[in-house]
Amino acid sequence: MAAAAFAWMIRMTTRPMTRRAAVLGISAATATLARPQVLRAQSTSRVVVVGGGFGGAACARALKRSQGDSQVILIEPNAVFTSCPFSNEVIAGLRDIEAQQFDYDKLAADGVTVIGEAVTTIEPQLRSVLTADGVALPYDRLVLSPGIDFHFEALPGYDEAASEKMPHAWKAGAQTLLLRRQLEAMDDGGTVAIAVPPNPSRCPPAPYERASLIAHYLKARKPRSKVLILDAKDTFSQQRLFEKAWKELYGDMIERIGLSQGGRVTSVDPSTKTIVTEFGNYTPDVANVIPPQRAGHIAEITGATDATGWCPIDPVTFESKLVKDVHVIGDACLGGGIPKSASAASAQGKACAAAIVNLLAGRAPEAPRLTGVCYNTVAPGYGFSLAGNYQPRGDIFAEVEGGATSPVDAPRELRAREAAEAERWFQTITADTFG
Amino acid sequence: MAALINVPAKAKRGDIIEIRTLTSHIMETGFRRTMDGALVPRDIITSFTCRYNGAEIFRADLFPAIAANPYLSFFTVAKESGKFEFEWIGDNGYSSTASASITVE
Repeated sequence: MAAAAFAWMIRMTTRPMTRRAAVLGISAATATLARPQVLRAQSTSRVVVVGGGFGGAACARALKRSQGDSQVILIEPNAVFTSCPFSNEVIAGLRDIEAQQFDYDKLAADGVTVIGEAVTTIEPQLRSVLTADGVALPYDRLVLSPGIDFHFEALPGYDEAASEKMPHAWKAGAQTLLLRRQLEAMDDGGTVAIAVPPNPSRCPPAPYERASLIAHYLKARKPRSKVLILDAKDTFSQQRLFEKAWKELYGDMIERIGLSQGGRVTSVDPSTKTIVTEFGNYTPDVANVIPPQRAGHIAEITGATDATGWCPIDPVTFESKLVKDVHVIGDACLGGGIPKSASAASAQGKACAAAIVNLLAGRAPEAPRLTGVCYNTVAPGYGFSLAGNYQPRGDIFAEVEGGATSPVDAPRELRAREAAEAERWFQTITADTFG
Repeated sequence: MAALINVPAKAKRGDIIEIRTLTSHIMETGFRRTMDGALVPRDIITSFTCRYNGAEIFRADLFPAIAANPYLSFFTVAKESGKFEFEWIGDNGYSSTASASITVE
C-alpha cells in the first residue's frame, strides 16, 4: 500500500513520466517500507564536501552522478585548484603553472553546488557547516577532504613567514613559483638543499622526484651546483630506481644524507637561511624546507584528528572513528598502507561516494578495493612508476596482491614510455576530476 | 662512516648541555636465519662509554633489540674546558672511538 502511494506521488511530480523515473520510484518505495526514516534522506539528502582537491572533487562528482536527486555541495575557498602532481616540473622550468590549474565550472555544470567560501566551524551535533560569510549549511553526511597542513611546532624556526625565505612548495601555487624563482636567481656552483620530513607525509616519493628535476635544471644551466637532500628517513619509496637514475643522469650532483647519517632536520633559522640537523648546520643557497605534516585544519576543528594529527577512519566507508556522519578522505585520513597521493585521494573519493549512497539508502556498504598509481619523472623522457592495490584490513588499508614497481634494470625505452604514460595519467585524472 | 658526534663547542660553566652520538652498525640480532635456515650470528655493540676529561659520565649497555645505527642522546653539566671521549665496544672484537672538545667559559 505504502509502496503504491509513494510511486504515485513520484508520478505526479515528475511529468512527463520516464522509464527511469518509474524505476526510481519503485526502488525508493521499497526502501520506504523497510526503513521509513530513510525516505527523507534519500529524496532530499544533502551531502556537503569540504575541500576541492583530487579527493573532494572526485567525491562530489561521483555523488552527483550516482544520486542525481540529492543535493551535493562542494565548499572550496579557492576558485582555481593548482595540482601538486607535475608541480615539480614547474619548479624545474619544464612546465607552466597554468598547466596545473583547474576550475570548478564543469562540476557546477554536473549539478554540484560549488560554494567559494572558507569553512569556519563545523557542528557535528547539529550536522551543520558554517562558512566564513555566515551561512549555515546542514548536511546528512559530511565529507572532509582538507589535505594536509604543516606541523610547524615539529620544526622550530619554521612557520608561514619562514616559508617566504625557505619555501616548502608542498602546496602547489605561489610557493611553487617562489622556489622556481630562487633556483633561477641562484649562481652556478650553489647548493640547493631539500629538507625531507618523516612519514606519514604527502606523496612520499615526491621529494626525490623534485631533487631529480632540480638536478636536471642545474645540469643544463648551472652545472657546478649541487642538490643536498637532508632526510628524516633511512629508506624511501622506489629508492633503487631513483638512485640508479641519479647516477646515470646526474653523476654525483645529488647527495643524500639519511636519518642514520644524521640527516634529520631538527630546526631552521630563516634569518640566516640555516638548516640544523641532529649533527650539523647547513647554509645552502636555496633551502627547500618540507615541514612535517598533519591533517588539514578543518579536520582538526571538526574533532576528527587523533593524537597522531591524522584522522582515523573506517576504511570501508571512510567514516570518521571520532565524529558521527563525517567521512574523511585523501591525505588527511590514516590510510595505513595506501600512500597519500592524488591517485589514492581520487580513488578514495569515489569509494566514499559509493559508501554514502549505500548508507543513505539503508544498504550495507561494500568493502572497496582501491588502486593507487604513482609516476615519477626524473628527467624529461625518463620515468618510472609504482602501482598498488589496497583493501580494508582492520582499521586501515593494507596492500594486496597485484601491485607492481618498474624494474630497476630496464632499457631507456621503457623509461621513456613511462614518462609518456605519466603525462597521460595526468591528463586522465584531471579530466576525470575537473574536466 | 665514522661516528657522528654533536657536542656544543662552547658553553657557560654550569650549563646543562646535550650530547648526541650516532654510530653506524648493523646490530645483527643473532635471531635471524638465512634462506638456508642457518642462524645469522649475533653482531651487536654491547657497550658505550663517554668520558669527560678522563672521568666516566655516561655508560650504556646495548642489547639485540636495539636497532641498527644506535643513536644515543644524553645530558651533562659543563664544568670545565676539555675533551669528551666516546667508545663503542661490541661482538667480534668491535671497537670504535671518537672525541670532541668543549670550551667552558
